[in-house]
Parts: sequence; structure tokens; C-alpha cells
Amino acid sequence: MTRAEVDPVHIRVRDLHKSYGAHHVLKGVSFDVLRHKTNVVIGPSGSGKSVLMRQIIRLEKPDSGQVLVDGVDYASLEGMALQSKRRQMGMVFQASALFDSMTVFDNVAFPLREHTKLSRKEIRERVMARLESLGIAAAHAKWPAELSGGMQRRVAVARATVLETEILIYDEPTTGLDPLTVLTVDELIAETEEKFGVTSLVISHDMASVFRIADRITFLYFGEVAVSGSPAEVLERADGPIMEFIEASGVSRDFIERRAKEAG
Amino acid sequence: MAEAPTAAPPTDPEQRAGQEPEEAIAPGPWERALDWALAPFVEIGTLAQLAGETLFWLVRRPFRGRLFIEQMEFIGVGSIFLVSLTGFFVGAVLGLQLVDGFRQFGAENQVGAVVGMAMAREIGPVFSALMVTSRAGSAMTTELGSMRVSDQINALIVMAVHPVQFLVVPRVVAGVVMVPVLTLMFNIVGLTGAYAVCTRMLGIDPGVFLGQMRWIVDWRDVRMGLVKAAVFGAAIALIACRQGFFASGGAAGVGRATNRAVVQSAIAILALDYLITALILGQGLAG
Repeated sequence: MTRAEVDPVHIRVRDLHKSYGAHHVLKGVSFDVLRHKTNVVIGPSGSGKSVLMRQIIRLEKPDSGQVLVDGVDYASLEGMALQSKRRQMGMVFQASALFDSMTVFDNVAFPLREHTKLSRKEIRERVMARLESLGIAAAHAKWPAELSGGMQRRVAVARATVLETEILIYDEPTTGLDPLTVLTVDELIAETEEKFGVTSLVISHDMASVFRIADRITFLYFGEVAVSGSPAEVLERADGPIMEFIEASGVSRDFIERRAKEAG
Repeated sequence: MAEAPTAAPPTDPEQRAGQEPEEAIAPGPWERALDWALAPFVEIGTLAQLAGETLFWLVRRPFRGRLFIEQMEFIGVGSIFLVSLTGFFVGAVLGLQLVDGFRQFGAENQVGAVVGMAMAREIGPVFSALMVTSRAGSAMTTELGSMRVSDQINALIVMAVHPVQFLVVPRVVAGVVMVPVLTLMFNIVGLTGAYAVCTRMLGIDPGVFLGQMRWIVDWRDVRMGLVKAAVFGAAIALIACRQGFFASGGAAGVGRATNRAVVQSAIAILALDYLITALILGQGLAG
């Protein structure tokens, strides 16, 4: 298959259900994640975004439905088959989840040491190259606790992409950061997509950030997809709860419309 | 293979998303009582599952030698001072009490034998295990619990590194290997303490003390202690890892998990002590 023939849809989520006891959290979620684009899932707290993310990355097994990644159903994989497929997806956790017992260098080298037979010299070169491309080479000997929130996100991106991951999932990447750092994280997401050719799936409730970075938005509302499409399409079809959410976020409608027009 | 117990049950509000208030049904008193009554069995079941997973991953590649050595250093080398110190005082006080008690019926010359047997069979493994629980077991739970609540365990899973193989197996192996080594050390230092007190301060003849000990205590007593120590080592590491692995609820949750790990380990050590003793002696399990 040539590049031109490559399916523009990287992940197809189909009719995904997940319950915890009597609580039906995901109620038949279906949407597409576009290849080499920034796809954002937004929704208010309690809408099931993190639960959805945990099913896609297979931290949990969905009750039913499919997560088709290039035709392979992640939702039905088990044991070693799942282990071998995991390397296709990387994840940047909300609080970065860097191993605090390892330096920045060792954190980024970790996947290479675990999954490749590269020599120490080759690992060093690849790790330093990745840190350099993300502008954090100088921090390679530091401990995660010594880094700012923005720097930690960069290290997490370096770790998640060092194995040439195809899909990168960000869980609330801007939560708990100051407005300036939020901007740098937004830039980082765009930069990562451009430099490493990854498909980005961002879970967020930060409206300003969403309209700055998204190529495609899926609005999740109480376990169901309320609307999915380009920022312009989402804004056009936004009604009751979505408008309420946008307005409550404190971001001006003018800004969103301007960004949506630029993106759309 | 069963699905690994890799992801903690959802506990934060976001993970319990989508719950309409009317859907949440509070359990009644009978259900709560049933949960309370079944809790120990659930706990034992979870531990058995983790033990099974540990065995499964123990024999699978990659073998991470560096992690095993790190854990042996942490559990074993790191506990030497504490075990030696407690061993010395336990031996010394045991000698003091036994000489005082045995003198009442003129049997103080038997103290060497009794101290030796008690140390080798019971006091050595039990005290060493309790010391390892308080120092290394609690630290294991705190470390794994912090990794759980800060998503570091999930990060391992996402990077296709099985957390049981990476985190639990080295700790359990280190526990099985190092608690017997510490027990031997406890015995040696403890006997030195008892010898010093009995012979230097209480007037027991050194030759009689050592002679009685050599006459009564044999390899089977030491072996019984070492078998116990190995089982205690596995139990301490499994309980500590189980509590840390499934910790939830932030820093307070990690604190509660550490507390549970120490209490459960202490109970497990004493209960297993009776069980193993009864099995080895072939009596005490049934009338």
C-alpha cells in the first residue's frame, strides 16, 4: 500500500460499551481518529473521557464494541498478542508518569532497553537525538522532580515516541499548568505530530487549547458522542449542552469561531 | 493466561464517569455485612492470583538481573544493621530470662540448648521477618502505591512491560532469598548476645553453654527455621506488592495501603509460623 492509498482513518472506535457494576459509563461510543492529525475528545467532567481512553489504550477491556487500529481489533486482543501490539501506541499521562527513580535519560532509554537489542552507544545516540529534537537535551541528567510541568510533558513525549510509535494519546495534557505552559504544551503536540509523523489523540476539557490544536473534535457527553467533526463542523452543530460547556469554559465565542475558521 | 491484575479498579470521579445520581444504589446493611465477612477470602484470593502471576512471569524472558540484585540489596543488605541489632538484644534478654527462670529448678546449664533451639526454629525467622516487614515491606508498598497513583504502573503497561514481571517478581525472589540469609545472621548475632550475657554476667560456664547447644540443636532445627524464613519472605513481598499494586485514593490511600500491608504481613507471619511448624512436626493440625 503506497502512502497515497493509506487509509486516512487510523483508529475506528465502534459501539464501545463499558460499565462498572450498575453504572453504564460508555454507552455505544463510535468515532474515527484521523491519521497524522490531532484528534481531540472533549467533554465535561464525568462524561467518560478517561474511561474511553483507558479502553482505547487497553488499560481496561471494554464490555463490548471494537477499537480497530488499521483493521486490528484492540478490544479483542489478549495476553501476548496484546503485549506485542502495545508498542504501536504511546501515551502521555496527565501527570507525565515519569519513573521518578530514573533520570530523564533513563526514562527515555527505558523502552529501547526493554524492547530492542541496540548497543549502549546506539541507545545513547537515539535518546540524545530525541531529547535534542524536543529541546531538552540539557536536562538529560536531571531527575523528573527537578523539571517544570512543561518539561516533564516533553520528556513524556520523548519516552512515548522513542520507539517510533504511530499513535500518541495525551490524557488531559494541560491540566494543572499555567496559561503560558499550556501554550507550550499545545505547541509540543503540534510539533510532535509534525516531526515524528504520529497520529495524536488528545483527551481534554480545555476549550481554548482544543480549538488551538484540533483537526477533529469528538464531543463526549455522558457516555455518548454528541457530535464529531472538524472544529468548524462542531461549532456549527453545537447546541444545548455543547454550547453551555463552551460558554462555561470562559473562552470567547469569537476566539473559537476564528480558530474554527482557520482550522476548518 | 488470565488477564493480568494490571489496572486498579476505577476510583476517581472521572473514572466513575457517567453515573447518573439515581443509578447509584447504596449497599444495604446486609450487603455491607456480607462484604465484611467475605473480605478476608477476597484478599486471600487476590494474593493467590498475584502469586500465580508471579510464578508465571518468573520463568519468562527477559530476566532482569539488575533488578533482582537491587532488590536483594534493598531487602537484605539494607536490613543487616536492624536485624543484627534486634538479634543481639533478643538473644541477650532471652539468655537473661531463661537463666533466671531455670535457676528456680536448677536447670540453668540447659540455657544454651534452649536458646539455640528457640533461635533456630522460631525466634530467628519470626523476628527477622517482622523486621523486614517493618523496614522493607512498608517501603515496597509505599513505592508501588506511589507508582500506582501517579500512573507509573499504567505507563509500564502501555510500554508493553508487564508490571508483575518488572515490579513484583524481583521483590518476591529477593524476599525468598534474603529473609533466610538475614535469619542466619539473626541467629548468629542472637546467640552471641545470649552467650555474652549468660557466660560473662550470669556465671554460666562457656563450655557447658556451647556443649549443651551442640548436643541439642542440629541441622534439622536450622533447616526448619530457614524453610519458614523463605515462606515468610515470599509472603511479606507478596502482601506488600499486592497492597501497593492496587492502592488508590492518592497519598492518603497509599498510607492506608502501607498500614494494611504491615498489619497483614505480621498476622501472616505468625499464622504461617504455626502452620509450617505443625506440618514439619507432623502434629498440631488435627486432634
